[in-house]
Amino acid sequence: MTQSAITARNLGRRYGRAWGLQHCSLEVPAGRVVGLVGPNGAGKSTLMNLMVGLLRPTTGELELLGERVGPNTVLERVAYIDQEHSLYRDFTVREMLTAGRVLNRRWDDKIATDRLAELGIPLTAKVGRISGGQRAQVALAVALAKQPELLILDEPVASLDPLARREMMSTLMAAKADHDCTIVLSSHVVSELERLCDYLVVLDHGRVQLLGDIDELLEQHRLLFGPAVTEDLVSAHQHVLHREDLNGRVSLLVRGIRPVGDPSWQVQRVNLEELVMRYLAMPSRVAEEVFA
Amino acid sequence: MIEFRVEVGSGVPPYRQLVDQVEHALRLGHLHVGDRLPTVKEVAKRLVINPNTVLKAYRELEHKGLAKGRPGMGTFIERGLAGLPAEQQAELRADLEKWLATAHQAGMDSDGIAALVATVLHEFRPEEN
Repeated sequence: MTQSAITARNLGRRYGRAWGLQHCSLEVPAGRVVGLVGPNGAGKSTLMNLMVGLLRPTTGELELLGERVGPNTVLERVAYIDQEHSLYRDFTVREMLTAGRVLNRRWDDKIATDRLAELGIPLTAKVGRISGGQRAQVALAVALAKQPELLILDEPVASLDPLARREMMSTLMAAKADHDCTIVLSSHVVSELERLCDYLVVLDHGRVQLLGDIDELLEQHRLLFGPAVTEDLVSAHQHVLHREDLNGRVSLLVRGIRPVGDPSWQVQRVNLEELVMRYLAMPSRVAEEVFA
Repeated sequence: MIEFRVEVGSGVPPYRQLVDQVEHALRLGHLHVGDRLPTVKEVAKRLVINPNTVLKAYRELEHKGLAKGRPGMGTFIERGLAGLPAEQQAELRADLEKWLATAHQAGMDSDGIAALVATVLHEFRPEEN
């Protein structure tokens, strides 16, 4: 698959005077599991709401799976699970499936019933009576029965305990192996995304700070630790993106792998969490220059 | 059958970790030619990792000629990695255990030993000796 799952060009959304999202341009290849990260208020929910047609853009364009987002267009190929796992609490699980069948042309009942049977969730149970973890699983089963080509999950496990989180994500990863769709996951817990995602979009203050294939991003960056007295000599030959003072020593985030040539300096790989935190600590301007 | 593990936070991409573990298992004789690797779905579900990561690791193993995917059947080990005969490995292992005991008696803990071994290995250039 070489098709693009998400294409945004100068996408922006204004709320009154404030921009929730601004100058957002990105292209995500189909089939990826995309981590959408950033602090609260960074624009994650705005971007997701634009993707599922709950908001209209103020500027720019947004295409999903090669189609412009709008009513009766691409949205029947997209499934969305919000933070609350919105389900009708008075419905039984079976009634949720019936509603899904009525509302979706591409519905496949068997996908949902097989999944729920495997998890031991009875179809006769009232949605309001089952545990939070089971409710999340019902929401996921309903979303998967729509046979989406793009599945969007807004903080899907934020409200769950660690065991239910793990089970939910395990189901999601197995489902991804079965049905080759593109998945977008938002989270503010970056460490969790390293094993789940292969593509990263970092938002801050309504702007894209960093994006790309996660393995490539990890290969392209290094952390250098060394004495502050030789910092200028070392950084003269490096592409330094961010620096941090640590009592007479400094830690530099650099892009590209160049020899340091000073044995008092250590070169280390950067993990995803460190990378994201450093990018979020940069002034927006720097990040834009790097990724312009 | 190999049991994969993935540790995040090391900065080593998860697909690399899977490839390394297969190579490791081949060198130590835990995996043999003809063994089937777990399916992408099994690994994704069990380790709670992205199936794309497992696919990428298996592609890399195929690229190296170590494994081969057979459509509908799975991915199989195609070639071993030249390890030493078991006898010679056991001899070297005994030497290493002797050395470890010395280091332990000298007061080094396992983290210290691991760091020392990693450093010496990193700086070791056989052709210069």
